[in-house]
Amino acid sequence: MRGWKPAPHILLLMPAFIVLAAVVVVPLLLSLYSSFTPFRLTRPDTIYTFIGFRNYQRLFADREFWVAFGRTVLLLTVALNLEMVLGLFLALLVEKATRGQRLLRTIMMFPMMFSPILVGFQFKFMFNDNIGLVNNALQSLGLTDQAIPWLIDGKLAFTSILIAEIWSSTSVFAIFILAGLMAMPKEPLEAAKVDGCTPLQSFRYVTWPFIMPFAFIAMTIRSLDIARAYDIVKIMTDGGPAKRTEILWTLISRTAYSDARMGLANAMAYVAILLSILFTVMFFRQLAKARQQIGAEW
Amino acid sequence: MATVSLKNLVKKYGHLEVVHAINLDVEDREFVALVGPSGCGKSTTLRMIAGLEPISGGHIHIGDREVNKLPPRQRNISMVFQSYALYPHMTVAENMGFSLKIAGKSQDEISAAVADAARTLGLEELLERRPSQLSGGQRQRVAMGRAIVRHPDVFLFDEPLSNLDAKLRMQMRTEIKKLHAKVQSTVIYVTHDQVEAMTLADRIVIMRDGHIEQVGPPEEVFRRPASRFVAGFIGSPTMNLHNAVVGAGKLVFANGDTLPLPQQFRDRVTEGQKVIFGLRPDDVYPAGHGIHSGEAAEVHSVEVPVSLTEPLGNETLVFAEFAGQDWISRMLNPKILRMGDRIKLSFDLSQSHLFDAATEKSLRG
Repeated sequence: MRGWKPAPHILLLMPAFIVLAAVVVVPLLLSLYSSFTPFRLTRPDTIYTFIGFRNYQRLFADREFWVAFGRTVLLLTVALNLEMVLGLFLALLVEKATRGQRLLRTIMMFPMMFSPILVGFQFKFMFNDNIGLVNNALQSLGLTDQAIPWLIDGKLAFTSILIAEIWSSTSVFAIFILAGLMAMPKEPLEAAKVDGCTPLQSFRYVTWPFIMPFAFIAMTIRSLDIARAYDIVKIMTDGGPAKRTEILWTLISRTAYSDARMGLANAMAYVAILLSILFTVMFFRQLAKARQQIGAEW
Repeated sequence: MATVSLKNLVKKYGHLEVVHAINLDVEDREFVALVGPSGCGKSTTLRMIAGLEPISGGHIHIGDREVNKLPPRQRNISMVFQSYALYPHMTVAENMGFSLKIAGKSQDEISAAVADAARTLGLEELLERRPSQLSGGQRQRVAMGRAIVRHPDVFLFDEPLSNLDAKLRMQMRTEIKKLHAKVQSTVIYVTHDQVEAMTLADRIVIMRDGHIEQVGPPEEVFRRPASRFVAGFIGSPTMNLHNAVVGAGKLVFANGDTLPLPQQFRDRVTEGQKVIFGLRPDDVYPAGHGIHSGEAAEVHSVEVPVSLTEPLGNETLVFAEFAGQDWISRMLNPKILRMGDRIKLSFDLSQSHLFDAATEKSLRG
């Protein structure tokens, strides 16, 4: 190595490059490569067989995959919308509180403090058809005399998962929107009152445009969250019964580890990541537009 | 167009009363300025008129309607805020037309009204811009445009010029005055700047600690201040105000120096009464350099040392020491003076003011 003296700036950047390459770039390229092989964990030598786009071809013809894909998009859409509406209401309520607002804000964040695995277990217990709290409550109130199969019926199971997801993460929206409300200058609202706005019109024309960027940040974060949703579903239904609640990542993990078809699973994962990127790009565009609209300086 | 009348208007925050039963009648098309130091309740009063602040007692009438309980949107007022309060996500045109849009006017009507207001204020070029792309003065103008498109009964201005630099402030002051002449509506204008109040208003309301100290045309509050506070607040530089005691037809100051008791107050004070003597810088001047030189009837001159000078070009403010205090005097056709120079200082006692030291009220009849 004598005589080879890299410029100081390259030398100084080198550690960062090496670490980045080791933990991000190489695994990324390796997994991308493996999606072009029939790699099975049980037969390590298969990683050397290059099969081109065959995994992807199979994937695009695979009904099961597209059902899981569609279900993930559905979960994402419904959860995001409901969380947005509920979070908005929560934020507006908490913002009105003149006393104990800090306490309320902290309480509001409680669901975020639990591990999703535990949330999964908790809701699995609550929605259990025999011993669950929900059925118990419904029966005690005389609303039904049957044990509703919350986690067994496909639609009900999806709803249950949705409820668990919303419960655990609505506060993300609430916190962001509340931050927006608190950062908002109060004078335009007063101007709107003088200009003849009813409270609803003030919200529609003044408050909402202002908090929109904050809502979009929350949407971006949550869309990534839900697109990679795994833990709550894994615990509550494990994609079952009979794949009726299968979503992308439960399918991918099953393909990778239970079926040991890592190559195919990696191909799925890359498609799933494209979905995430798509949503992120979309929300960031909206965010940029909304920010520009209010002339935000951040 | 409408009158505004406040009757025993009270504002309390919890147990703290900040506006104490004030009464005020504003004539139709009158320009009234509420002026006073910060915390005197002038902005609170304006916000109560606007309906942004609930009132704790008394009555507010706009025209012949009592508006105590009405929300701002039913009062037919418009308001210009100190921070402009423009809607950041709307263009200038949208900002100005917003109230009409809310009122359900057609797009044609809105466009016509906005174009009209834009012409009045010289905003035609800026209609498609957003507030963030405008300078302070332009934003201020848009805020005024937003106020005038609706032809409200009353305009409320809440310190509209205090965020502008001195030059722009003077320019906008003229524009507001022209605007008022053009739109001919009732204006209530809050400011802490007495020059703004003096130059703009038909009548000035001077407030202090939630009370009204004096109401009157600029000329009157300047010439005949009703209290020591008003005397000190109105006029720039401020009036010379010094404590004295009446003794043997003279005003005796703390260090024993004296001035003759002004004739107009001879019958209004008693021997030994503690008073505050006031004389504007215009009425105390180095001999031969005053406004009234020669013609004033009641001039008393004393030789005193100069302690400081502030040359302003066409005039110089001379701080001279008399009776152990600094007196500000205005020197016209100035000549150069240095600290410690002895000059003959003339007091035009016919222009003097006298306030009771205890009540601080004017002793003038």
